[in-house]
Amino acid sequence: MDSILFIVFAGIAVLCGLNLVLQKHPISSALSLVGVMGSLAVLYLLLGGEFIAMAQLIVYAGAIMVLFVFVIMLLNAGTEPVSKRRLWVTYGGVPLMAAGIGIGAYVLQRSFPSTESVKLGAFQGGGAYEIGKKLFETYVLPFEITSVLILVAIIGAIVLASKEVN
Amino acid sequence: MDSSLFPTSAEYFRILPEMILTVVATLIMFLEAILKDWQKRVFAPIALAGLTAALVAAIAANGSQGTAFHDMLVIDGFATFFRVLVIAVGMLAVFASTEYLKREAHPGGEFYALVLFCVTGQCVMATANELIMIFIGLEISSIASYILAGYLRDDARNNEAALKYFLLGSFATAFLLFGVAWIYGYTGSTNLMEIRRQLETPGGPSVLITGTAAALMFVGFAFKISAAPFQVWAPDVYQGAPAPVSGFLSVGPKAAAFAILLRTYLTAFAPISRQWVPVLWICALATMIVGNFAAIQQSNIKRLLAYSSIAHAGYVLVAVTANSEIGSAAAMFYLAAYAFTNFGAFAVVTHVARKGERYTKVEDFAGLAQKQPAMAAMLTIFLLSLIGVPLTGGFFGKFYIFKAALDSHLVWLTVLGLLNSAVAAYYYLRILVVMYMKDPEPSEALPPAGPALQIAVYGSAIATLVLGIFPSFVLDFASKAALK
Repeated sequence: MDSILFIVFAGIAVLCGLNLVLQKHPISSALSLVGVMGSLAVLYLLLGGEFIAMAQLIVYAGAIMVLFVFVIMLLNAGTEPVSKRRLWVTYGGVPLMAAGIGIGAYVLQRSFPSTESVKLGAFQGGGAYEIGKKLFETYVLPFEITSVLILVAIIGAIVLASKEVN
Repeated sequence: MDSSLFPTSAEYFRILPEMILTVVATLIMFLEAILKDWQKRVFAPIALAGLTAALVAAIAANGSQGTAFHDMLVIDGFATFFRVLVIAVGMLAVFASTEYLKREAHPGGEFYALVLFCVTGQCVMATANELIMIFIGLEISSIASYILAGYLRDDARNNEAALKYFLLGSFATAFLLFGVAWIYGYTGSTNLMEIRRQLETPGGPSVLITGTAAALMFVGFAFKISAAPFQVWAPDVYQGAPAPVSGFLSVGPKAAAFAILLRTYLTAFAPISRQWVPVLWICALATMIVGNFAAIQQSNIKRLLAYSSIAHAGYVLVAVTANSEIGSAAAMFYLAAYAFTNFGAFAVVTHVARKGERYTKVEDFAGLAQKQPAMAAMLTIFLLSLIGVPLTGGFFGKFYIFKAALDSHLVWLTVLGLLNSAVAAYYYLRILVVMYMKDPEPSEALPPAGPALQIAVYGSAIATLVLGIFPSFVLDFASKAALK
């Protein structure tokens, strides 16, 4: 059951990812990205990361995607103009990419014998309770310092976007 | 109640500098909103007071060494050295920027707040004992730098610098984060000491995976230290950014980035040094060559100093390649000497560039020795230190670096590095020749430098000379604090 779910949603993620790159219109690409984010959330859930799965749905598939679509609408972005490709890109791109993925997969397969591979549903401790405990005990300092990071980003947005001084 | 939930007072004491800096920066933001325009002169003194307090706290924290917050931070001599260095650079940046901002009619508390936050991030980097802390510190420092580079919003050059820096920087950070994720996925830890323990275990993690992760992380670090082949952003950013900011960016964030590079590679990745030392060897050589040979062709002084700063990153990489305690100490000393020297050079450029930075060509320095002999003399000290002439900090810096390289049997790298510094002498001397031998061209009068800028220039010059004449104090500290 788990592996069927995995194959289905991994397949959806890859297809949506491909569609994201191939689509000409930014809105179609953005909607494909929702598909990628959503199916990734299901994969996280299969691995036992309940909290991460929910965060993925709310933050990425929800908030960030709304922002994306909003900006695309606001800028009124049209269809992407097709650039003229070089010959070797047209004919060499796909085989080279396939070769690259093949080599990567081979290396990964060789370095991780199958006994070490992930067992779906074996991982416990991805719930909100465990994550919260980690976050406020071991990782409390990074958690707090991240607020400085966000503050700097906010100041930056204000500095760069505020009204003319003169 | 679980006692581990509450940090001890000693742990708070160890991050006191970061806390002071954050509070003062926030205070400045608060005052910015409530103060009237004529009262805004207080920001620079407040920022300086905050930096001074942080400096004292950083030195005091050295007396209470150890880890803090579940091993997230480690306060040791190495961390203290870099904390003091980046805070000192922050102070110089505040001095040099006050007049610049007034001249460009662009006052504002945000600038000082961003400098303080940037220094906070660099302090976090200096003390980080965890890949997560390294990442967050690096991001705080980087995001603040992106904004500082584009601070004069209405200037097209500033916009270009900020946008390029931001896009390329985010791209490089992604590589770093990817490497961190690999390491975490494979060793189950982000703690540097724990990673080292795992890598030392016989039959432990495969070198292929950890080596790839280390290489991915190196891409991120190499970008921040502007090492070849990830140096392309540096000239555009340093040329486009406001001159005092260029000076700050070329030393502060760079020193902190070297701190995390040294700490990560000399502690966590020490067991796989056979894999990364050859990579560093090539990178160090390429960085020196690219920096020096490109600098020869520059006519814009900011661009020239940018390429020269790339070359200097190459020299420090030679020390990192040495992969030894002496190498680590040499890198620390060199970064200190380079920080004051390079910042001083940019401070003089700030002065000569005048309003709107219209005079940044090498020719614009013609006759500076007649018009303002004191400034010309200071720039001479900085350039001689960049060349590596005795009695300046740059000489001992280079001396210790190449000594460390020879001790680690890097004979060819040493020879090629020395040849590179000979090439570098050419373009530095060219500025000296223009300054002393050429008659001034009739152009806009150069008003005398204001007191704050003078403090920045003379302060940097004094530090450069002190490091050149009495290097032993700093070197002793660096040798004791060097990572093993």
